[in-house]
Amino acid sequence: MYQTRYHRPGSVAEAAELLSKAEDGRYVAGGHTLIPTMKHRLAGPSDLVDLSRLSELKGISEKGGTVTIGAATTHYEVASSDAVRKAIPALAALAGMIGDPAVRNRGTIGGSLANNDPGADYPAAVLGLGATIHTDKRKIEADDFFTGLFTTALEEGEIIVKVSFPVPKKAAYEKFHSAASRYALTGVFVASAKDGAVRVAVTGAGANGVFRAADIEKALSGKASSDAIDAVSIDPSGLLSDIHGSAEYRANLVKVMAKRAVDAIG
Amino acid sequence: MANDGIGASVPRKEDRRFTTGQGTYTGDVNLAGQLHAVFVRSPHAHAHIKSVDLSEASKMPGVVAIHTGEELEAGGINHLICGWAITSKNGSGMRMGPYPPLAIGKVRFVGQPIVAVVARSRDQAEDAAEAVQIDYETLPAVTNPVDALKPDAPAIHEFEADSSVWEHGRAPSNLIFDWELGDAAATDNAIKSAKHVVKIDLVNNRVVPSAMEARAVVADYRSSDGHFTLWNTTQNPHLLRVVLSAFINVAPEHKLRIIAPDVGGGFGSKIFTYSEEVVCLWAAKQAGKPVKWVSGRNEAFLTDAHGRDHVTTAEIAFDDDYRMLGLKVDTIANLGGYMSLFASLIPTYLYAPLLSGQYVIPNIHVNVRAVYTNTVPVDAVRGAGRPEATYVLERLIEKAARELGVDRAELRRKNFVREFPYQTPVLWKYDSGNYDGLLTKALAASKWDDFEARKAEAAKRGKLRGIGLSCYIEACGVAPSSAEGGALGAGVGVWEMAEIKVNPVGTVEVLVGTLGHGQGHETTYAQIAADRFGIPIDSVSVIEGDTDKVQQGMGTYGSRTAGNGTSAVYRALDKIEAKAKKIAAHLLEASEEDITIANGEFSVSGTDRKVTLTDVSLAAYTFHKLPKDIEPGLDEKAYFDPTDLTYPAGAFVCEVEIDPATGTTEVVQFTAVDDFGNVINPMIVEGQVHGGVMHGLGQALLEEAKYDPGSGQLIAGSYMDYCMPRAHDLPKSFDHAFQKTPTPNNPLGLKGCGEAGAIGSPPAIINAITDALGTEDISMPATPEKIWRALQSAGQNA
Ligand SMILES: Cc1cc2nc3c(=O)[nH]c(=O)nc-3n(C[C@H](O)[C@H](O)[C@H](O)COP(=O)(O)OP(=O)(O)OC[C@H]3O[C@@H](n4cnc5c(N)ncnc54)[C@H](O)[C@@H]3O)c2cc1C
Repeated sequence: MYQTRYHRPGSVAEAAELLSKAEDGRYVAGGHTLIPTMKHRLAGPSDLVDLSRLSELKGISEKGGTVTIGAATTHYEVASSDAVRKAIPALAALAGMIGDPAVRNRGTIGGSLANNDPGADYPAAVLGLGATIHTDKRKIEADDFFTGLFTTALEEGEIIVKVSFPVPKKAAYEKFHSAASRYALTGVFVASAKDGAVRVAVTGAGANGVFRAADIEKALSGKASSDAIDAVSIDPSGLLSDIHGSAEYRANLVKVMAKRAVDAIG
Repeated sequence: MANDGIGASVPRKEDRRFTTGQGTYTGDVNLAGQLHAVFVRSPHAHAHIKSVDLSEASKMPGVVAIHTGEELEAGGINHLICGWAITSKNGSGMRMGPYPPLAIGKVRFVGQPIVAVVARSRDQAEDAAEAVQIDYETLPAVTNPVDALKPDAPAIHEFEADSSVWEHGRAPSNLIFDWELGDAAATDNAIKSAKHVVKIDLVNNRVVPSAMEARAVVADYRSSDGHFTLWNTTQNPHLLRVVLSAFINVAPEHKLRIIAPDVGGGFGSKIFTYSEEVVCLWAAKQAGKPVKWVSGRNEAFLTDAHGRDHVTTAEIAFDDDYRMLGLKVDTIANLGGYMSLFASLIPTYLYAPLLSGQYVIPNIHVNVRAVYTNTVPVDAVRGAGRPEATYVLERLIEKAARELGVDRAELRRKNFVREFPYQTPVLWKYDSGNYDGLLTKALAASKWDDFEARKAEAAKRGKLRGIGLSCYIEACGVAPSSAEGGALGAGVGVWEMAEIKVNPVGTVEVLVGTLGHGQGHETTYAQIAADRFGIPIDSVSVIEGDTDKVQQGMGTYGSRTAGNGTSAVYRALDKIEAKAKKIAAHLLEASEEDITIANGEFSVSGTDRKVTLTDVSLAAYTFHKLPKDIEPGLDEKAYFDPTDLTYPAGAFVCEVEIDPATGTTEVVQFTAVDDFGNVINPMIVEGQVHGGVMHGLGQALLEEAKYDPGSGQLIAGSYMDYCMPRAHDLPKSFDHAFQKTPTPNNPLGLKGCGEAGAIGSPPAIINAITDALGTEDISMPATPEKIWRALQSAGQNA
């Protein structure tokens, strides 16, 4: 690891200030993506600004059909939250499928979204539920947030403060684990909103990261049953191909996982 | 105290230490003033080193020294060795390319160390290592062993032409040896005249050993008398000492103390002598300070010797009654960029002789071509050669049964060896066994006959269920010096040594030259000593892994400890017993022949006169009461050199369910019946089987050390990409049973158990998958995608 300076700010504003002054600073939350990268000397930030203890970024609440989760909330806290389990059980279940207990007890929703790993789970829920990302500067709709592999709409120094999820009528997440890493080789989040609209978000499979499966959404808008998906054909050309799975295989998984998610919703 | 003795499932003495953080591993050893070594490693698979510029690096903070291959060479340090000589069938010796501990002039695999930077802290050493400037001229690389033999393959090492033996005077450039075993003409004839011939093409996938503790070195040097101490993650400290001193010349044997403290797994990878030990010893001497190196996990992927990596074609012939007539096997074995310590042994004598399996096959011929590629050196990994052989034979037989339309269990049964000792046509002579008994037990325990009902039930749930069988043979305790070892090319005699000390107060210390690294030796050996005297195992300590304490030894690998280590202990106990009885007889004024031992007491049979072990040991040291013909003390040493190998065997049945939509395989039931001869601690032995089967399951379903063929980069170079089995991959149900056919080859009748699970399980698992799919066209690891594709091409996808 390269030498780095560690800062523990007392507020979001102070954090942003510290980062803006740093030569090549990075925020750190759970550190479960950033620290391993630093250990391998693939990243060498001059300064680390720790967001994980900021009370402004902590906590889970449910009000008026919206679940709001602070950016520094750990995966474990989301998975075990009574409020989330009751309002959006699929979201709690998804958080419980991330990594292993060590990862879940350190990793945060804000870190996961800012990092936007193509195999990460949260992006599927955020996009599938049509959540809103609140930063220290603005609100960003899920559909505008994820802009490509490991890239987001966040600007330099912008901090995710919280994420608000509209409570759906029903939702389910089906994850096919990548065998080695346990990230999603393909994960499909299906949500049917209170107004009846169906959103289907796919993580792990897209060559540009998480995406909405428009054809499946269309098929399900007519008939919310898994059979409706049979007729959909998923074009592998926009999908990832790597040592863990070819695009053709991922295309198959998109359909299989989508069907299972629809079946799980019942 | 019979509860602690031979045959009892005593909980492992060492586990409290391991599970409460009180183990001491090499990484835990920190000496005053210690420096840290970091290695600059090749980023290229194959390149000339045009220049090395250390000027920046040597100015970096904390840097004490930077070492190069040229410097070591000038200092008289020799190259790493391969300790087993194999001769090609045309009589020429194996072609061993020079393997300097730090590369000189050329690099041949990604990760090969070139420069060692020694600094006051690890971070400083890493910073300086980054500042080392190396200019490379990259060369085309080859990673696949079949490609390496092609005429246009890049030549990895340079060898002299030899017109007397090779066609056109030249061997294929990357060929190490072209070796054979068995009668080629007779086998060809048997196949030609046979009624049925079945053929298979297989790849045995390359694996990374993945011990939980990565390798580590702490080297200390005392200039006043030129004495070295080396703490090291090694499976065989004494052998390492011989290699480092006699061959590599980095320290004299009598001034080199090697300590293997607690060692956290090895699976073979810690048998070998690696560059890092050599360089740290050298660096400690130059700096006059201790030098430490602890491998990162990424370094472990790139430097711990890998395993397997065979490409094989095999044919088996049967007569019209389905009796085996002949087996012909042609294998290309990838040995990586250099020959590691036992690299040549694994695909030859640990492989080819095992191809007779449990069967009477009158004619066998095996041809093995070993090749260099631009990959990490390949050497022993759990099973080492025997899993590869078992995979060939057991897949081929299963395929034959299906092709010929005969029952797979009966096809095996018909051909079993039934009389022992059995001389195979490929060197080995099986000691004892009852293969029929194993199969019968395994079929019954797995409810083989009711399988169709389970398959039908699974089909209702949309699952494809399959069942597979594997009858494995294993050969433990490689290279007894008195048997074939020397004649077959072994550079060492693989005996074992133990010393027993009975202390004045009657407690017992067992010092033995094997090296437990997770197998429970401290418990097993203690049970043997406790059993002899009828004392609790808490009165027995076991000491391994320090060349200053344990006088000699050959270490732990090849499932050799049960056969050899325990036998040395047993022999030493014989000597102790004889002397103790003599002393007891004197104390009891009786004759030695009348003394019996039980519950820690020596009694005169037929009387109530007795003395305790403590009385005897105290008398041995407070000597005044003893007659002149008895020497003081109660400690004895013994060597055991086995007359032959031991041959455990087993029958495994695996049942899988496949989800046709995703291709995911679940092992729903695994049945293992093993014959390890007698068993000291059944719980420990079962644990070895569980671990071994999981190891094999990893190879069968998950693990693959995949290289990018163009660049020669190891693309599965971390656990994010290389999949180890996890707890949830365990078979849903796991049945284990013993059959006990003791070996006559050692006093306790033990055969060895550490590798069996990894040897027998891969073909059982794959045979279950091919059974479920109805195609033979599945390679390891049988990933969900491969299975899904097989189903796609069979048009069966749900
Ligand atoms: C072994 C392992 C397994 C894993 N398995 C999974 C898995 O199955 N599924 C999955 O989804 N993930 C998985 N992860 C990733 C894990 O969930 C990470 O914790 C997560 O992706 C990043 O969150 P973090 O809090 O650790 O972020 P950090 O590592 O601290 O930071 C990551 C990046 O986000 C930035 N950042 C952090 N917080 C904020 C914020 N509030 N605002 C703006 N930028 C911010 C940082 O500057 C940094 O660039 C795994 C990780 C490991 C180590």
